[in-house]
Amino acid sequence: MKPAAALVPGPPATPSLEAARLVLARDLRLAFRRPGEIVQPLLFFAIVATLFPLAITPEKSQLRMVAPGVVWVAALLASLLALEFLYRDDAHDGALEQYALSGQSLTWLLFAKTAAHWLLTGAPLAIMGPLAALALGAPIASIPGVLASVALGSIALSLIGSIGASLTLGVRRSGVLLSVLTLPLAIPVLIFGARATQLAIEGTDYTAALQLLGAMAVLGVTLAPLAAAAAVRISLE
Amino acid sequence: MMASFMEYLDMGGYARYVWPAYGLVIAAIVLNIWTARRALKRARIEAIRRLAIKGRPLGENTP
Amino acid sequence: MAWTWFHRLGSPPYIYKFAAKLTPWFGWAAAVLIAGGLIGGLLISPADYQQGEGYRILYVHAPTAWMSMQVYMVMAIASAVGLIWRIKVAHAVAASCGSMGATFTACALATGSLWGAPMWGTFWEWDPRIIFELVLLFQFLGYVGLRAAIDDTQRADRISAVLAIVGVINIPIIHYSVEWWNSLHQTASVMKLGKPSMPLNMLIPLLMMFFGYSVLFVALLLVRVRAELLSRERSASWIRDVVRA
Repeated sequence: MKPAAALVPGPPATPSLEAARLVLARDLRLAFRRPGEIVQPLLFFAIVATLFPLAITPEKSQLRMVAPGVVWVAALLASLLALEFLYRDDAHDGALEQYALSGQSLTWLLFAKTAAHWLLTGAPLAIMGPLAALALGAPIASIPGVLASVALGSIALSLIGSIGASLTLGVRRSGVLLSVLTLPLAIPVLIFGARATQLAIEGTDYTAALQLLGAMAVLGVTLAPLAAAAAVRISLE
Repeated sequence: MMASFMEYLDMGGYARYVWPAYGLVIAAIVLNIWTARRALKRARIEAIRRLAIKGRPLGENTP
Repeated sequence: MAWTWFHRLGSPPYIYKFAAKLTPWFGWAAAVLIAGGLIGGLLISPADYQQGEGYRILYVHAPTAWMSMQVYMVMAIASAVGLIWRIKVAHAVAASCGSMGATFTACALATGSLWGAPMWGTFWEWDPRIIFELVLLFQFLGYVGLRAAIDDTQRADRISAVLAIVGVINIPIIHYSVEWWNSLHQTASVMKLGKPSMPLNMLIPLLMMFFGYSVLFVALLLVRVRAELLSRERSASWIRDVVRA
C-alpha cells in the first residue's frame, strides 16, 4: 500500500505553464472530435485560390506573378473565418469564465488556446500554401521559401486575430466586425509576407523579408495574448 | 481687374484640383460643427425628457 | 493640491461646466486661425517654383493628415487613462474622437488624391504612406463600429479602449513610412527635429491652419464630450442644474 502522501500529487513545477499545457491539450483533443471544423478553413482556402485562375487567366506565366498575393489573401480570409471558433465554444459553455476566475495567468491560457488554434488552422494552411503556389505556376524550388513565409505569417495572423476575436467576444454576429478590426492590424504582415513569398517564387534571396516577418511573429507572441486577456476580462465582467 | 481675378481663380490651371480640395475640407469642417452641435442638442433634449419622466435622469445603465 | 485638480478633472459636472465655458473661446480662436491660414495660403504666400499655384492644396492637405494622427493619439491616450484609472470622462473623450478622426483622415486622403492627380499624374497610388493612412481610416471606422456593436456603455468604453491602444502601432508606421520605403511623398520638412526647411511665408499659413484645426478639434471635442456626459450620467442633481440653465 502506498503511503497516503504519495497519492496526493505535488504542486506543478510552474503552475501557469502547466495550466497552459493542459489547456493546449484540451483544445487539441476537443477539436479532433470535430474534424469538420478543422477541414473547412482549408477547403475555403483551396476554393478561393482556385477562383483566381478562373477569374483572371489560366496562363501559368501570368499566374506566377499574382501567386504570392493570391496565396496570402486566401490564407488571410481563411484565417479570419477560422477565428470564429477560437473562443466560441469556451465562451458558450463557461469554460472561458473559469479560466479567468481560476487564478492562473489568463495571458498564458489564452496564448495556449491561440497556439492550439494555430496548430489546427495556421499550420495546415502553411502546408497548403506551397501547394497552391505550385498550382499557380511557382517553381518547385520555391517550396521551402513559400512554406517558411506562410508559416511565420500565419503565426502572426493567429495572434493578431486572437486580439480581434477577444474584442468582439460579446458581440452578436460578429463575423464581419471581427474581420474589419483584424484586417488593418494584419496589413503589415500581409505586405511583408507576400513580399517574402514573391522573392521565394522569383528565386531571389528572401531572408530579410523573412526576418521581418519573424520579428512580427515574435512581437505578436509577446503582446497579443496580453491584449487578448485584457479584452476577454472586460467582456466577461 | 476682372481679368486678374479670373486668372487667380484659375490657379495657374490647377483650379479643378485646388478649389474642390479647399471646398471639401471646408464642407467637412462645417459638417463636423453641425453634427457636434446636433449631438449636444439631442443629448439635452433626452436628459430633459428623462428628468420629466422619472424625476431623475436615467443614465444608460441605471437599474 | 495637485490631487484636487486631478479629481475635479474626473468629475463629470465640473468638466461639463468647464467645457461649456471654454467652447466659445476655442471656437472663435479656431475661426481666426483658420481664416488667417486660408488668407495666407490662398492669397499671400507666393507660388511654388516647381508646382505653381497647384501646391496650395498643401495648406489643407498636410494639416488634415497631421490632425488624423493627432486625433488618434488623443483617442488612444484618453482610452488608456480611462482604462487604467477608470475615469468616465476619459472614455467620453475617446468616444468623441472617433467620428472626427474618420473625417480628418478621409479629408487627408481626398485632398491628397486631388493633389496627386496633377503633380504625380495619378489620382491614387499604392504608396506606403497612403496605404497606412487608409489603414488609419479603417481603424477609425472599426473603432466607431465596435462601439456601436456593444450595447453596454461601460463595456463598450473598455473594449474599444483596448482596440484604440492596440492600434497605436500604425501611427509611427505612417510617420516613418516615407523613410523606410521609397515613397512618392517627400520626407519630413516640418515635423522633424531641428529647423523646418520651408520659407517663412509658406510656413506661417501652414502652421496657422494646423493650429486652427487643432483648436477647432478641441472646441468640437468640448461640445461632443458634453453630449456624451449628458447621455451617460445617472445622478440627477448636476444634470438638472445644467439642463434647466
